[in-house]
Amino acid sequence: MTSTILLQQLINGISLGSLYGLVAIGYTMVYGILRLINFAHGDLLMFAAYIAIYAAALLALPWYLSFPLAVIATGLLGILLDRAAYKPLRNAPRISLLISAIGASFLLENLALVFIGGVPKAFPRPEIFDRVIPILGLRIQVLTLYTPVVTLVLLFGLLYIVFHTKVGKAMRAASKDFETTRLMGINLDRIISITFLLGSMLAAAGGIMWAMKYPQVNPFMGVFPGLKAFIAAVLGGIGNIVGAVLGGFLLGLGEILIVALVPEMAQYRDAFAFVILILVLLFRPTGIMGEPIIDKS
Amino acid sequence: MGKKSVWALMAVMSLLFTSLAIPALAADTIKIGMYLPLTGAVAAYGSMAYEGIKIANEMEPEVLGKKIELVLVDTKSDKIEAANAMTRLLEKEKVVAVIGEAISGNSMAGNPISEAAKIPTVSPSATNPLVNQGKNYAFRACFIDPVQGEVAARFARNELKAQTAAVIIDIGQDYCVGLGNFFIKEFVKLGGKIVSTTYIQTGDQDFSAQLSAVQAAKPDIIYAPNYYTEDALMAKQARDLGIKQPILTGDGAQADPLLEIGGAAVEDMYFTGHFHKQAANTDRAKEYIKRFEEKNKKDADAFGALGADSYFLLVDAIKRAGTTDGTKVRDALAATKDFKGVSGTISMGENGNPIKSMVINKVEKGKFIYVTTINP
Repeated sequence: MTSTILLQQLINGISLGSLYGLVAIGYTMVYGILRLINFAHGDLLMFAAYIAIYAAALLALPWYLSFPLAVIATGLLGILLDRAAYKPLRNAPRISLLISAIGASFLLENLALVFIGGVPKAFPRPEIFDRVIPILGLRIQVLTLYTPVVTLVLLFGLLYIVFHTKVGKAMRAASKDFETTRLMGINLDRIISITFLLGSMLAAAGGIMWAMKYPQVNPFMGVFPGLKAFIAAVLGGIGNIVGAVLGGFLLGLGEILIVALVPEMAQYRDAFAFVILILVLLFRPTGIMGEPIIDKS
Repeated sequence: MGKKSVWALMAVMSLLFTSLAIPALAADTIKIGMYLPLTGAVAAYGSMAYEGIKIANEMEPEVLGKKIELVLVDTKSDKIEAANAMTRLLEKEKVVAVIGEAISGNSMAGNPISEAAKIPTVSPSATNPLVNQGKNYAFRACFIDPVQGEVAARFARNELKAQTAAVIIDIGQDYCVGLGNFFIKEFVKLGGKIVSTTYIQTGDQDFSAQLSAVQAAKPDIIYAPNYYTEDALMAKQARDLGIKQPILTGDGAQADPLLEIGGAAVEDMYFTGHFHKQAANTDRAKEYIKRFEEKNKKDADAFGALGADSYFLLVDAIKRAGTTDGTKVRDALAATKDFKGVSGTISMGENGNPIKSMVINKVEKGKFIYVTTINP
């Protein structure tokens, strides 16, 4: 393999990895604060892509309006999801919440299937993201440059909110203990709503970037990004926001490089991702950056 | 309640029941089942076939003096759902024959069930040879993968003058693996060289690693006999990576979403196909295309044409058999000769596989254009 091809493969890997990381941030944040694996995260991503398509097609909005609209609408959908599927189970055993999350995921997928249909739709990629930069025999899509930037900006934005604002302080308090947080006079429901709002908006940002890179939107498009983001989050240490981005990059690079170095293994690419998940769970369940597990009960 | 009123109630009820039962008996329709993917990964094939069947049903709504009733069940593009759908058609709906499934893997899940029940099936577009192998009651309206892979290889060598080829196969689909393998065999036999063989999985969205590997091998053409979902995204990523070689593929990619999603990236993509309206030459085809385009306001496509042919072949066989008995209809289907269908002239060969001509199409300015016809 020539060095040009290897370099191109590294770029492919970073491009894919930053997408995984982007989707994983919201996933891991919701888990970190609520200890809830939100399986519907990938489906919120799918809804964001559809909203962006319809906002562009029906309202004739340019991308710089339709994208924020999709992000906000998906954020509100996230709050609605929490109210409908998770809030009634706030004091129930954790397993009930998990099952409710899986149910919510199926519900969202099938709602999209019934109302929008199963035939995939094209996602309109705005012109400014559609260019390709040829450099030193490499081909770099402009989008490939934007994705890591978006990922990092959102990462630092979220870190700021969680660690340097009052809301963030309340979120961190809630992650330690619901009851005590309530006793401190914090409106827990509001904090949880904000958590879902932020988590779903991050899913939406991931969905839009994903749909621009792979411009084919169907009701099940969120399933695989959701699973891969989950693996990335576990790899980085679930609950840890920086870890999620790191895990995403590692997973994306790993997936691409296994195909690049051993082309015959291409069909085992997804298996590779899941083997990583199993190995991490077996040997280092707290992931790369995770804190040791403290039993809260 | 007195005795009298009980009798009265029973009388009323029995009257109600007979009045309900009589129209059901009097209607006396012939039921033909359809199990097709209307949702899921290959939903477009099922919806297109169904559009075609509906037109065919309008053209010939009756057989043996009875009205034909179509019963549709969605298979959700899934093998297990396909088997369930077939069971439901046979046991609950009691159909006399079945059209479907649209793809090979799902047909292989449904066919053993209809075979056991001795009910004939005609698949519009399941092209893998294994679908009908060892089956007496399974038929299809399309040609099979070996022919398609071979014709693609001949076209690549003779018309596109390719010396070397790279093959990208979706390992999750029997259809794609079949086409890919038959192409490789024929291409090598014709003196060509395969410089790269790589694999993807149904549902994959990122092909950059595989495509970079293909790019490094510098082939003259790329053969990617996969479904439209994967091929559209793949073509887009290939062009982004600067891969300019022509992409050749099978009938599975020739669906409208490919054009919508692929856009400029799928220009000049070649297909081995079942049908093109410009190649249509039978009276039935002309009538079909007219009605289809009036009703659906779009060009008649291959999957619709094959759906219609599945219906016409069945109705023709029931007519010649003079009965709806499964075994007699099966014999009539097997004896089909020079039937003027929508997608060409069809004779049934061995194993329920038709012998018919093939067209080569390509994408030009966002439309499927007819290139040439290759006879069997």
